[in-house]
Amino acid sequence: MFGHLPLWPDSASTNAGNVDALYIFLLLVSGIMIALIFTVLTVFAIRFRKRRGQRAVQIEGSHQLEVTWSIIPFCVMLVFYIWGAVIYFQERTPPQDATEVYTVAKQWMWKFEHKGGQREINELHVPVGRDVKMIMTSQDVIHSFFVPAFRIKQDVLPGRYTTLWFRATKAGTYHLFCSQYCGTQHSGMVGWIKVMEPSDYEAWMSGGGNQPLAVTGQKLFAELGCVTCHRSDTQGRGPDLAGVFGKPVLLQDGRTVTADENYIRESILEPGAKIVQGFKPVMPTFQGQVSDEQLNALVDYVKSLAGPQSGRPADSNPAAGASPQL
Amino acid sequence: MATAVVSDSGERETYLNAGYGLKSWLLTVDHKRIALLYLISITFFFFIGGFFALLIRLELLTPAGELVQSDTYNKLFTMHGQVMVFFFLIPAVPAVLGNFLIPLMIGAKDLAFPRINLLSWYLYIIGGTLMIYTILNGGVDTGWTFYTPLSTEFLKTNVISAIVGIFFAGFSSILTGLNFIVTIHRMRAPGMTWNRLPLFVWAHYATSIIQVLGTPVVAITLVLVALERLFHLGVFNPMLGGDPLLFQHLFWFYSHPAVYIMILPGMGIVSEIVCCFSRKRIFGYKAMTLAVVGIAVIGFLVWAHHMFVAGISLYAALIFSLLSYFVAVPSAIKVFNWTATMYKGSITYQTPMLYAFGFIGLFTIGGLTGLFLACLGMDVHVHDTYFIIAHFHYIMVGGMVMAYLGGMHFWWPKITGRMYPEGWGKLAALIVFIGFNLTFFPQFILGYLGMPRRYHAYPAEFQILNVLSTAGATILAVGYLLPMVYFVWSMRYGKPAPPNPWNAAGLEWQTHSPPPTFNFDEQPVVTWEAYNYDEIDEIPEKEEVPVAH
Amino acid sequence: MHTSQAVADKPEHENPALLHHFATKGQQKNAASLGMWLFLAQEVMFFGGLFCAYLVYRYKYFGDFGSASQQLDIRLGTINTVVLICSSLTVVLAIRAVQLGKRMALVFWLLATILFGLAFLGIKANEYAEKFEKHHVPGTSFSYHELLPGQEKFPAAERQYANPHHAEMFFSLYFAMTGMHALHMIIGVGLFGFLAYKAWRGKYTPDYYTPIENAGLYWHFVDIVWIYLFGLLYLIDRHR
Repeated sequence: MFGHLPLWPDSASTNAGNVDALYIFLLLVSGIMIALIFTVLTVFAIRFRKRRGQRAVQIEGSHQLEVTWSIIPFCVMLVFYIWGAVIYFQERTPPQDATEVYTVAKQWMWKFEHKGGQREINELHVPVGRDVKMIMTSQDVIHSFFVPAFRIKQDVLPGRYTTLWFRATKAGTYHLFCSQYCGTQHSGMVGWIKVMEPSDYEAWMSGGGNQPLAVTGQKLFAELGCVTCHRSDTQGRGPDLAGVFGKPVLLQDGRTVTADENYIRESILEPGAKIVQGFKPVMPTFQGQVSDEQLNALVDYVKSLAGPQSGRPADSNPAAGASPQL
Repeated sequence: MATAVVSDSGERETYLNAGYGLKSWLLTVDHKRIALLYLISITFFFFIGGFFALLIRLELLTPAGELVQSDTYNKLFTMHGQVMVFFFLIPAVPAVLGNFLIPLMIGAKDLAFPRINLLSWYLYIIGGTLMIYTILNGGVDTGWTFYTPLSTEFLKTNVISAIVGIFFAGFSSILTGLNFIVTIHRMRAPGMTWNRLPLFVWAHYATSIIQVLGTPVVAITLVLVALERLFHLGVFNPMLGGDPLLFQHLFWFYSHPAVYIMILPGMGIVSEIVCCFSRKRIFGYKAMTLAVVGIAVIGFLVWAHHMFVAGISLYAALIFSLLSYFVAVPSAIKVFNWTATMYKGSITYQTPMLYAFGFIGLFTIGGLTGLFLACLGMDVHVHDTYFIIAHFHYIMVGGMVMAYLGGMHFWWPKITGRMYPEGWGKLAALIVFIGFNLTFFPQFILGYLGMPRRYHAYPAEFQILNVLSTAGATILAVGYLLPMVYFVWSMRYGKPAPPNPWNAAGLEWQTHSPPPTFNFDEQPVVTWEAYNYDEIDEIPEKEEVPVAH
Repeated sequence: MHTSQAVADKPEHENPALLHHFATKGQQKNAASLGMWLFLAQEVMFFGGLFCAYLVYRYKYFGDFGSASQQLDIRLGTINTVVLICSSLTVVLAIRAVQLGKRMALVFWLLATILFGLAFLGIKANEYAEKFEKHHVPGTSFSYHELLPGQEKFPAAERQYANPHHAEMFFSLYFAMTGMHALHMIIGVGLFGFLAYKAWRGKYTPDYYTPIENAGLYWHFVDIVWIYLFGLLYLIDRHR
């Protein structure tokens, strides 16, 4: 137990270094502030202790001082604000071409599915040096995906997708914690992020014949009958989904939304929420008929459908666009 | 001071001996007696909440969850939070010291609505009884924050009784705030203008605004949670079209200002103590009053800084982060002004002043770590970790509880007519300070390392910091038990206190210790500014404190 | 002058217009008035939480809320609105009566207010019963199969139906909001009953009628809440 006293977490992502730098800056400024106040307090406490025959000198105040020691700290705080905002903006803007991993959190485990179909529970293998984007949802209550070594965290909500991205910089095994209280086994909802060298990672990925997620989705698309209305050969009763992902969609009521993961998910579960202009509201809901994993497969399939002009669909933030965010 | 009323037996009439028997206490409308009723109740709940904390720290001595089961641990931290927040921190200073002192400080005979004051206490007791029932009937494990859909759909514990208990406590808090606002507006003695009010009164005024406007929002939110459980509504349930984030917004709209309800009265206490024991008028009276009101107002605009990783939009996060920095400025101003007040003062170090020093230091640390949390990039990493726990305990325990203890020592002679034993007071203050820092400083480190909050089993590498923290907690417990003992001892054996043992400024010191039922023998008329220490003698030497008549 | 009496004067022996801790009657009246306004301020915040939830979901589920709103009986809602406005009038007349020292008129107008309040509650109960029969009460027996507003003009096969979950959300908020309002009305009716009794016993005079005034303020507030509820719950899609 007394073997080693840990004072600093592992740093294993590009983000970690940025956050650490900010932390050190905050520590320094705070340290200076604390030292200053403690020193002044101590000096005053000693120098101005009660002495016989000497009375206190009444000082009403100083407008100048008040303004000075309001403005200067506030300016320093603005530095904190801007620095933190920049990091936060970067954390919330996943790069294009990030490798995507779907996550379904449930009481009390983490279920991961890679695009190639590999499934993991409570363990996630990722390669060094590549951007990884987690597309996450919960089956029940709010959880939170937290990897201290990467300095990132994102709440995982039921009923919608939230995302998080990182680029690991060092091979190794790092803690994964659920950091939103979720019931009995909240402390047990932990796992490991296994960062591997690219060659090891490729080897791991190719082992075991897994069906790519998009192929699973394609099969479901046929099984559930989606293909009868969403056709690309003739005009079906539903919009053609080729190339729809990431593009703006014009709705019946005149609004335009971006077809991100949340939009596709909502269209499957609540088709009446957003009707595409020019189409009738005849799509049935699949709420209760598809699991979260099956939804992920369907979403991934639709994402994979290239547009008429081939080229990747524009990337987007899957947390925007679907329902108004509070 | 005019002649006091003396009873037939020759004893001076005070609020304590004006009527004996249970009925005279349970049906009192005297604000001072109601304050004592509250003192007994909140002390009781403090020790219940503290007991839960000890169990938590004991469990956390080892990495595996061995002492209690997971569900039990979840109940422990939930009820520790609920009891401490709603039944101790929110009412303590206003309902005990505020109730006792505000009429005295403004020269009034009582609060504006004495019967509503008594009603407030009974509402608190009803709420507290429901909380005890909840505890005894198997507890509740929602976390004090009641996040949905966990609390609405997934837990089978005593959620509704806890909610109703908190609802009653909240209503009690609203009525106390209402009473204070009307009292301060309408009951000031002739000559007691707004700019002559003690900062203690200003602090309670600002606090009361928050109590009146903020508490109803959490009340209706918790009502909705209860209705959702009872009738399977879907207001916060995504499966039925509801939004769990709506709960969080509504909850934090109150619960952030609530932390200012907890700290502002403590700041008022510190102002009184620092001025008295430096023998100086506060530096920057105007700035201090603007600061408390500013904290109260801006405090209503920052709630979503609890939700930076909850799924709010980037733009909302940017706005709330910036506003959170705004609210830090008035708090910083207060710390600077207290320090400046000591400049060229004539400082002595009685127990209240030790607690005030402790407050200033620990509140500064806690407040600075708040700047870390307002910082978006930083908060993402430390949110929901022990860093947050350390931050708010530095403010609540290092700040508010120390201010409360400082205030209790400062005004103990006025409340009871007895002096507490000064040596023991200093010792307890020191033990509290050491115990507190040992308990909570390691938690900052644990938080940055990544230990999440509400975990009862954790990776082995976190153990040593947890052990340090638990060791600190036991020391802290001793520090809290000591005043319990010597305060009770002093009621019988303490040196009788004169009207003004500290030669302090303030109308409360112009009347007897303890005061008569209607506070003053004659209606005071104020012709002097607050903190007129230039006109008052030095603080008495220990040997000089005259025995009370 | 000794202000220290032995144990506090029993409230009944004090002049209610000038309790012992006030210096003047004006001070007491002002204090009571300010207290009442503060209480109403916190009531605004209390209902505000519900209104906030309503606004969020109205925006999110625009059409479904329109559809559900049309299921409410607008005639009964309008009658109730008129009833409440009349009851606010009778409250004002009660205050006028006591200002003029007319005890029986005061009692009469207080009783009239109670009557209107009970009428409102009776009509509300009737509405609730109807909702219960149509299975529009949220919970396990909720069922909803109605068109979105304006769908009647389309051919039958193409008409769009409201989402039952979202309609249930409307009714959840409807019952929470009108239920909370009705609870406040019941408290108000009880309060006026108590005041009517006290008024009959001659407690209120032109010199002292603060409780009547404050109860009146409370009642006006409850009335205003209803005006907002009526608009937001009953009228949102009637223009079609």
